[in-house]
Amino acid sequence: MIGIVNYGAGNIFSLTAALDRIQVAHGMINTQEDFDKYSHVIIPGVGHGGAAMKKLQDTGLVDTILALQKPVLGICVGMQLMTSFSEEGNADMLNIFPVKTLHFDKRISSKVPHMGWNSIKIENNSPLFTDIPDNSYFYFVHSYFIERDEATVAATCSYDLDFAAAFQKNNFYGVQFHPEKSGKFGEQLLLNFSRF
Amino acid sequence: MLAKRIIPCLDVKDGRTVKGVNFVDLRDAGDPVELAWQYSEQGADELVFLDITATHEKRKTTIDLVKAVARQVNIPFTIGGGINEMRDAEILLNSGADKISINSAAVRNSQLIDDLAKAFGTQFVVVAVDTRLVDGKNYVHLRGGRDKTDIETENWIKEAESRGAGEILLTSMDHDGTKNGFDNGLLKKINDTINIPLIASGGAGNQQHFVNTFQQANVDAALAASVFHYGEILIPDLKETLRKNGIVVR
Repeated sequence: MIGIVNYGAGNIFSLTAALDRIQVAHGMINTQEDFDKYSHVIIPGVGHGGAAMKKLQDTGLVDTILALQKPVLGICVGMQLMTSFSEEGNADMLNIFPVKTLHFDKRISSKVPHMGWNSIKIENNSPLFTDIPDNSYFYFVHSYFIERDEATVAATCSYDLDFAAAFQKNNFYGVQFHPEKSGKFGEQLLLNFSRF
Repeated sequence: MLAKRIIPCLDVKDGRTVKGVNFVDLRDAGDPVELAWQYSEQGADELVFLDITATHEKRKTTIDLVKAVARQVNIPFTIGGGINEMRDAEILLNSGADKISINSAAVRNSQLIDDLAKAFGTQFVVVAVDTRLVDGKNYVHLRGGRDKTDIETENWIKEAESRGAGEILLTSMDHDGTKNGFDNGLLKKINDTINIPLIASGGAGNQQHFVNTFQQANVDAALAASVFHYGEILIPDLKETLRKNGIVVR
């Protein structure tokens, strides 16, 4: 059963709906004790990266998250929380991955936010993408991107520059796109994660 | 590469899908949730629902619709119509809408764009603009193109972007319902001045019209209603045509 960390950053209706469609049971994590109820953890997130980190700190759950041994998936801003630092609010993040979250603005000439369906290249045989063809399209909406690090990258996306569309390290995983809004392949990714 | 998006638009009245030819006589074209699911299966990239009769009393119908769509459909969708204040938007967000589209309310109170963007993020805020050519200039129109304002379309769109619009949905009322193609001249002119995604709307009649608007105006997405609802264009065929013309689609 998947526990969703409820720290008030964005609405999670679409995520729970997607888990319902693939018949994966889920519940909410509000307290430290709640983590024990679940085999897997998802950290969602929409909105401002720095503000999201502040909200997560306010829950008092940060140390518990850092110590987790069970599979953890960060989605969108939830992934950005796992980086070392975000230019959005110049905030120190969880520092699970030694990469930074940077602004697209002034680094690329294309429109910001990066919004819509973009194809990804699967890297390091990531198990997140089991039964998903290489170069599949996923739905992105973000103005900040995560640096691509050879050791941890799970999928690369290109939008004027290459960035990490997904990363993995031990039991921690992150996806910049929204699997809950990415059609059948998005649902497959959530299913893959639920089977870790 | 980032794909160009194809967006079917579903006009909804009392929980049923309708499409107005030039926004006047309405014909029933089915159950919105069923239609939405079919479109997502066909390969639509996104959906827009315009609630054309949204009133306070009927709000619950809309919220139920949004929840039903969010439960069953696995692609992003936008809901528009009758969103006048923050509270309206917040309820729709919490019911599973990915974006909201505001039109007249933003013209009447442009601060609403700033407030929505600040509270929910720019990605949540689509500003829909209905435009019509009057004496050689494009002006913003309200109430489905019936009421002319004194605001020039290009100026309004720039202001909307600076206030925090995440995307612009531009409908040419001169082209809407004609099936003679999108207003690519205007779309290109607007697209060259903004740095947020632009959705072309109004005038789609055949597949070539989509090719033209992506090639000539380089818009990010193209929206249409009746050509999809009545099966005149099937989305898989349209995507194949776009691909053959070198346009990146999903």
